[in-house]
Amino acid sequence: MKTTLRLLQFLKPFTGWVALSIFLSTATIASGIGLLGTSAYLISRAALQPSIAVLQVAIVGVRFFGISRGVFRYLERLTSHSVNFRLLTGLRVWLYRTIEPLAPAKLQDFSSGDLLNRILTDVDTLENFYVRVVAPYAAAGLTIIGMGWFLGRFDPKLGLILASGLILSGTGIPLGAYALGRSPGKTAVALKARLSAALIESIQGIGDLTAFNRAGEAAVRLNGLGSRLAQAQRRMVWGSAWINAGNGLLANLTMVLVLWLAIPLVANGQLEGFLLPVMVMLVLASFEAVTPLAVAAQYHSASLESGARLFELEQISPALPEPIAPLIIVPPPLHLELRDVSLSYNQSTDDALTDISLRLDPGKKLAVVGPSSAGKTSLIHVLLRLWDFGRGKILLNDTDIRLFRPADFRAQFSVISQTAYIFNATLRQNLRLASAGAGDDELHKVLLQAGLAEWTAALPDGLDTWVGEHGLRMSGGERQRLAVARALLHDTPLVILDEPTANLDAITEAVLIQQLQSALATKSVLWITHRLVGLEWMDEILVLDGGQIVERGKASDLIKTGGLYARLHEIQQRAIPATFSSPTSL
Amino acid sequence: MNFDRNLLNAARREWLALALTILLGLLGGLAIILQARQLSAILSAVFSEGQTRGAVAPLFVPLLIILFGRALFSWLADASAGLLAIRLKGRLRSQLVDHLFRLGPAYARGENSAELANTALQGIENLDAYFSQYLPQAALAGLLPLAVLVVVFPKDWLSGLILLLTAPLIPIFMILIGKASEAATRRQWNALSRLSAYFLDTLQGLRELKLLGQSERRADKVGEAAEQYRLTTMKVLRVTFLSALVLEMVGTLSTAVIAVQIGLRLLRGGLGFEQAFFILLLAPEFYLPLRLLGQRFHAGASGITAARRIYAILQTPVLCEPVVSVETLADIATPPQTISFQHVSYAYPGQADLAVEDVSFSLRQGELTALVGASGAGKSTLAHLLLRFALPTAGQIWVDGEGLDNIPSAMWRKQIIWVPQQPVIFQGTIAENIALGRPQASLTEIQAAAGLALLDQRIAALPAGYNTVLGEFGARLSGGELQRLALARAFLLDAPLLVLDEPSGHLDPASEELLEQAMHRLCANRTILIIAHRLPTVYRADQILVLDRGRIVESGKHSALIAAGGAYARLVNVYAGSRV
Repeated sequence: MKTTLRLLQFLKPFTGWVALSIFLSTATIASGIGLLGTSAYLISRAALQPSIAVLQVAIVGVRFFGISRGVFRYLERLTSHSVNFRLLTGLRVWLYRTIEPLAPAKLQDFSSGDLLNRILTDVDTLENFYVRVVAPYAAAGLTIIGMGWFLGRFDPKLGLILASGLILSGTGIPLGAYALGRSPGKTAVALKARLSAALIESIQGIGDLTAFNRAGEAAVRLNGLGSRLAQAQRRMVWGSAWINAGNGLLANLTMVLVLWLAIPLVANGQLEGFLLPVMVMLVLASFEAVTPLAVAAQYHSASLESGARLFELEQISPALPEPIAPLIIVPPPLHLELRDVSLSYNQSTDDALTDISLRLDPGKKLAVVGPSSAGKTSLIHVLLRLWDFGRGKILLNDTDIRLFRPADFRAQFSVISQTAYIFNATLRQNLRLASAGAGDDELHKVLLQAGLAEWTAALPDGLDTWVGEHGLRMSGGERQRLAVARALLHDTPLVILDEPTANLDAITEAVLIQQLQSALATKSVLWITHRLVGLEWMDEILVLDGGQIVERGKASDLIKTGGLYARLHEIQQRAIPATFSSPTSL
Repeated sequence: MNFDRNLLNAARREWLALALTILLGLLGGLAIILQARQLSAILSAVFSEGQTRGAVAPLFVPLLIILFGRALFSWLADASAGLLAIRLKGRLRSQLVDHLFRLGPAYARGENSAELANTALQGIENLDAYFSQYLPQAALAGLLPLAVLVVVFPKDWLSGLILLLTAPLIPIFMILIGKASEAATRRQWNALSRLSAYFLDTLQGLRELKLLGQSERRADKVGEAAEQYRLTTMKVLRVTFLSALVLEMVGTLSTAVIAVQIGLRLLRGGLGFEQAFFILLLAPEFYLPLRLLGQRFHAGASGITAARRIYAILQTPVLCEPVVSVETLADIATPPQTISFQHVSYAYPGQADLAVEDVSFSLRQGELTALVGASGAGKSTLAHLLLRFALPTAGQIWVDGEGLDNIPSAMWRKQIIWVPQQPVIFQGTIAENIALGRPQASLTEIQAAAGLALLDQRIAALPAGYNTVLGEFGARLSGGELQRLALARAFLLDAPLLVLDEPSGHLDPASEELLEQAMHRLCANRTILIIAHRLPTVYRADQILVLDRGRIVESGKHSALIAAGGAYARLVNVYAGSRV
């Protein structure tokens, strides 16, 4: 009930359209009843061979209803579907707005295939909510009242029987169908979600599966999910196949009962004989109003299922609390300071970061190095406000950053990460994410700075070239350089380099580092890396291990101290043949 | 009219169930005719002859029997149609999935995975209405009106003639509108697919959008995309509903014409009431099957549109499977002594440029071959060809004198361990992910493999240890840990060939050093092909192949290539220079 009301609330903005569509829907049903009723009236009156004038009205009625039914139906369907899609657009935007603040910290448990399925399948299930749930119920209600009253005028008993038959058909059969369809319907929705996630993951991982000879098993697993879905669907078929039959039978039995009770009324003169066939036709035609209700109940149940799953997302608290009265961030220069900051991903695990303190002044270059799992990625999560930190303080120009909106604070950074996400869009669209109004000149400038000028020039479609899913049609180096270009275009005072060269070959790495050095000369740079290469332009190096800063200083000093940095450096030296080493390295 | 040859072929395998469904529908139609006759007899007796209820009571018994029979047939027909569709969908879906895996990575690389998944799930589901509603209804729409005509003509030839003359209007209008509607449905399907891909892209890139400060603005874009979908769909519906309108008009107007016509003849005494009412009851039933077909036309059309995409995939030829018959398939010696690429060229499907061109080299048993070169030089393509993800478009790969395309792919891949640049993590536990290549491995073996890959301590630190569930793209492991997970997968396998794609790309120097030792273990007694971007890993190679734009420009040992002073020497100099 709560979910139903919640769904109905989405209809509020278009109350007028909803009323119009319900009116048209009722008018359609009334036309159908009118057509058969007046036809029967015409025939039975004609059998009594009155004057033609008596029949004239009936003839006009028959013709009118013959035309109006189709027209009303057409208009009704257009109106109701339009209402429905507006409802859907509202839902989709609502859903995105619900998910957006949760990402990425709170979305770890939902793989995106499943999330996609939620949005598309659940929202598409709700596609039926207005057209097949709300509208039919409203129209059926109006018809039951109208027809019960009409027949009741001849004999209250007849009106009561018709209304009862209609209500039984409209609620009893749907309830039965609901009871039978509920559990397999639930199973089918869940199985479809699993099948969708499994399909996406198998197709994306088809290389791994093929190389490991697991493609056959993956197919077996997918087909297994498919046959379980079929099993649930078979149960749904057995739960729904009797609906049409049941509705037809109920309509006919009601008609027989009305006829049985009306015959004596003719005999004792309470009812004109020619009204008997009319009554039979009216009863049969009235059931058109309740026939869609069995299906409506099924859709209702599915809509509740999908609606509840969508509203469930709303219950997840956002990753970061928004400040009540957010402050505006002052323009650069910006001084960033971390004081004893700690981070724990959840209560059960150890701190990912412990007592981190650092200072990044305008134009300064800071490197954070350390082995993998040392906490480098966690530091980025904290700095970009993707996860909230625990103890400690982060200050921007001496103001606690918790007083800024996370999005505003994040907007001060550009990030070049090791696995840049490239959107399935054109090159221009991918770049313009960083600066919506950027002209082609600017785009070409940053592409040049990122070392992609030659590559872009070679593309037949230039900036309009479509870069495929995950940018897979680009090589790793090209994707990375596109991310660099995007970050340069973003043009923020603070830049985070998250191992941007991790996937590049030696030449590209060297060239890119040089290009970054000149392009970022005026920026405050925080460079996260495990490669002790090209660090000489850094003002300070922090060595991270086990979530703590264990050493800090200039590269040359750190080597002299003989700590972790020196050891890592030595290992890296040893791995490289003597011919490659230059005596002046680092 | 609106039939798809492929779908009809698929339906033929269930012809018995289809025939049963149609037969049950016909029996239901027969019951309708009998019901109309019985009902008009009762009404006529009461209304025209003034009989009492007692007198007509015996007529009610057969009427009730007919009513129950009609319900029974209707129930069985619906059940039979539903079950039939489920069987056909299941068969097609598993065909599609199997075929996708046979087409393999070379095909999937150029496709959108969300779109493929959507075709296999929703596309197949869209066939349901085609099989369960449209197809049986198409047969009934031909048969039931015929049955009504057969009984109406002897009773009143004029009404029969009206029915006969108006009936063809319905199929004619359906054909006229059908063409437009089909094109519109295809547009809608495309819109839905695009919307689906757009959402997946948005969700997977949500982190990137957040970093660029675009995630909030994207909500409007999501709204725009959904609004676009609404507009496209409404355009489709305006046409589809128009067909329903015309079909409904033909039905209702003809009923009206018949009612007026028989009414006027009754007035002149040319027709009896019983006959007239019988015809009036049957007139809507005459058009009903045709109108139902019209309503289901939309369902049929979206089924056909979905079928087009499904069969386009199913009919894509599998290129990486041997074309020869099973008997002539070669057996290969383990371990293979020499694998030679001879004048091998390859272009990805649908691309004009060659990814590798006229490449020749040999891998000898126990030797390490390193591929170096700039990104896009063709290193990954050579690895893919060796893995048989695709067959060369020209040239041949020989395994001890046997053509690689002659060796069953499953047997061949058992000879190879693949460590990809970025392993795909599957929904499941860490243990299951490590055991990808050998699912029957015991936990002890998995732990040993993780230990060799220096991942065991990290896993042990997780609350759920080896049972930790990994999300999409392994969201809980860092880049370096993912790389080591790929190595752990490799350590579980026992195969003579090893293909490594940038093994140390993500690792810090400390791990790299330890991994170096582990690598030596993994490399022992194996024939190895390494795609290397870092020179330290290749200096010990027995053979270095330097690739440039799909061609091998230099090959030899490190010292010889340095001495030659060519491309490789330049590469090494830049590398050394970058560390200054």
